[in-house]
Amino acid sequence: MARITLEKLRHSYFPAPSGPDDYALKGLDVTWRDGGAYALLGPSGCGKSTLLNIISGLLTPSEGRILFDETDVTTLPPDRRNIAQVFQFPVIYDTMTVRQNLAFPLKNRGVDEATIARRVGAIAEMLEVTDMLDTRAAGLSPDNKQKISMGRGLVRDDVNVVMFDEPLTVIDPHLKWKLRSKLKELHQRVKATMIYVTHDQTEALTFADEVVVMQDGEVVQIGTPVELFERPQHIFVGHFIGSPGMNVLPCEARGDRALFQGHDVALEGAVTGAGGTTMLGIRPEYVSIGSTGIPAQVVKVADVGRHYVIDAMVGDTRIKVVAEENAPDKGAAVHLAFRPEQTRVYRDGWIATEPRTTGAQV
Amino acid sequence: MKKRSLVPIVYILFLMLPIYFLVSMSFKTTNEILAGFSLFPKTFTLASYKTIFTDPTWYWGYINSILYVTLNTVLSVAVALPAAYAFSRYRFLGDKQLFFWLLTNRMAPAAVFALPFFQLYQSIGLFDTPLGVALSHTLFNVPLAVWILEGFMRGIPKELDETAYVDGYSFPRFFTRIFLPNIKAGVGVAAFFCFMFSWVEMLLAKTLTAVDAKPIAAVMTRTASSAGYELGLLAAAGTLTIIPGAIVIWFVRNYIARGFAMGRV
Amino acid sequence: MRTENQRAWLFVLPVLALVAFNALMPMMTVVNYSVQETFGDNRFFWQGLDWFEQILRSDRFHAALGRQFLFTAIILLIEVPLGIAVALSMPRKGIWVPVCLVLMALPMLIPWNVVGSMWNIFTLPKVGMLGYFMNDVLGIRYDMTQDPLAAWITVVVMDVWHWTSLVVLLCYAGLVSIPDAYYQAAKIDGASAWSVFRYIQLPKMKTVLTIAVLLRFMDSFNIYTEPFVLTGGGPGNSTTLLSIDLVKIALGQFDLGPAAAMSLIYFAITLLVSWVFYVVMTKDDQG
Repeated sequence: MARITLEKLRHSYFPAPSGPDDYALKGLDVTWRDGGAYALLGPSGCGKSTLLNIISGLLTPSEGRILFDETDVTTLPPDRRNIAQVFQFPVIYDTMTVRQNLAFPLKNRGVDEATIARRVGAIAEMLEVTDMLDTRAAGLSPDNKQKISMGRGLVRDDVNVVMFDEPLTVIDPHLKWKLRSKLKELHQRVKATMIYVTHDQTEALTFADEVVVMQDGEVVQIGTPVELFERPQHIFVGHFIGSPGMNVLPCEARGDRALFQGHDVALEGAVTGAGGTTMLGIRPEYVSIGSTGIPAQVVKVADVGRHYVIDAMVGDTRIKVVAEENAPDKGAAVHLAFRPEQTRVYRDGWIATEPRTTGAQV
Repeated sequence: MKKRSLVPIVYILFLMLPIYFLVSMSFKTTNEILAGFSLFPKTFTLASYKTIFTDPTWYWGYINSILYVTLNTVLSVAVALPAAYAFSRYRFLGDKQLFFWLLTNRMAPAAVFALPFFQLYQSIGLFDTPLGVALSHTLFNVPLAVWILEGFMRGIPKELDETAYVDGYSFPRFFTRIFLPNIKAGVGVAAFFCFMFSWVEMLLAKTLTAVDAKPIAAVMTRTASSAGYELGLLAAAGTLTIIPGAIVIWFVRNYIARGFAMGRV
Repeated sequence: MRTENQRAWLFVLPVLALVAFNALMPMMTVVNYSVQETFGDNRFFWQGLDWFEQILRSDRFHAALGRQFLFTAIILLIEVPLGIAVALSMPRKGIWVPVCLVLMALPMLIPWNVVGSMWNIFTLPKVGMLGYFMNDVLGIRYDMTQDPLAAWITVVVMDVWHWTSLVVLLCYAGLVSIPDAYYQAAKIDGASAWSVFRYIQLPKMKTVLTIAVLLRFMDSFNIYTEPFVLTGGGPGNSTTLLSIDLVKIALGQFDLGPAAAMSLIYFAITLLVSWVFYVVMTKDDQG
């Protein structure tokens, strides 16, 4: 088990990259605590799989270093890094039994038979696959196959980090949550550092203590699930996390206030910087419908179960509102109020208001 | 990496040596060939090729071969398509037995059929015609085409058919507009194999032809025996028989690697 | 279900008609001949199973069958491992892949009697490349028209040259269908190159390898044109394989009865051995 440090990591698949666009990873500096559960979240093609392959040693980065604790492992091959990886599709050795599959990584490292038997037994019990130990792995269902792939990663007690590359892709929806909670439970029991790569926010937010959000080869924000939701550092994070995503509205910044469609809006703090394009960011959960505020017209009301999602138009701009109850009718004229401590200005995508030092930071 | 690529390089060299020998021989005069082995032609000549392209017995052999091979490929794939579809989509009485019986015909030694084929095709007037040879080659090509196509079709989910019917497609329209484009690679691989086995087969092709439909390769045997040892001519004719195969395989090169794996047992 | 039944048979009908015409009618002719005696004047006499008995007891048949099995066994033992080895060492992607594939497939696309002739000339002493190299450069006496062993080696080498690529292409197709994740997982699991072959590549190649072995068995067991053109079955009878012997009896001596009986026995052996191969190679699939 180890702390993982990524230093000035850059990677390009081109032999002679000419500009930032040629880089799949554009410079990362991240430190992951020993024994933590982390998620790498981002849309397809954002570089998260590249990063994963660099950590596991399947790829060597063009620039920068990877440290496991104090050891530089940048150029070490995968089998000497003591890591485990679970892939998108279950990888099992078809001709072996479940037991042989689980024992395989230990056997290759010359571990003695008694230890192998003990470890395999323990892992099988944790994964609840003890009763299938002697069946051929080829005949298992996808979720059991994926369990065996995980088991092969966890069977070694000296792994530095276990990595999961969208491991639930091929699992039936009703089994996904089961496997996910199994994972969470395993993390608590084996205390290995785990990195979970996904494009699914629910998976990331439920699994991880800390989530790394990536876009276009860059880290846009690292934070706990709550931080990502409450104070997105970039409109991408606001968009990507939350359902529906954050409202991003054109505005003008004026000192510590903003002008949106001719209406004066209070912000969480003073606006920083100058120039660029400014946008107003507010989550639908923090917009409320009342008798005073910005006049708007309701164009759509959707009942999504626990709450309503309402689309309202202010001039030519659409705002989404989440309301617990008392949804207005379609076509109704309403007034919208933004909660000031959750209202921020973003300049060229990045957050441009100072945080409140006092008050409602959750 | 370097060491590993040595194996295919040596292997390909081994494959190319006899072919190179044949091609280089085709540019030599017969006298030069008989005088002893040399790596390159000393007096480079196109005389052999000229003979082939001007003598009707020679170039008709060539045309005949291409004619019956093309006929056979079209015929085999055309009848195999619906059959493979039936095997991949439906269960019906005796389907397994039928499939196996088809495959046993692929196992039949051509030598077994030489004489009865001669009698059969003569009695129905197809002896010495390209159609006759094409028909006889369906014996081993149709089972193979059914086998390959069935493997590909099984890989296409049945939902595709059902969706098309729900969308109001008639069967023929669905088959030609939607299904066929989906198994393009399979058709390519099946056609390639039909072409290949029909092009290279010689026992039946020779037995079933006399004068009019004689394949190029059979014309070569005649030359070898009647005109003494016309090695230059023989080599040129041989070289020319390699070309159609090379062209066909170049067209399907991208299907070969993926295609073979999909046609399963 | 019923409508499906009827329609399915309609789809199969063209194939059925074609193959029945090509297989059933000649097969009946063969069966007919196999139980009769004729003196070439279109008069036939009932012979019963005499021809079958005669063939099964004949030393000539035993010898040809023995040569046939030996030949098939040798070429399978060479071509299958060699094909796997070449497929394993081929590049997986890049511009060289289509070049390799096309060059390797080339021998398979040459008409069989051209293959025979080109190898015949190739091995001629003095004139042929191989013959020249062996006799005049290495100084090894090599003349396959005189020496049965040389003839055998030449027939085998020719078949290896002709057909190993089929095994290569099939195995290669099996190999490229293995997802990268398998290799990556094996690396992480610390598997050796041998383990990767034994537990990942070989199992994934099994299906295509079954096809390859079956095709190679059938085609090598039925081989006729190439060895006939190369050696004519000689020197003596040393390279007279089953098909060559059959054609000699049927078309050469016009002994239709024995030839027909031999054909049926020959076909039965091919079917039986193919079936055994198939059962043995797929028996692990259940369970």
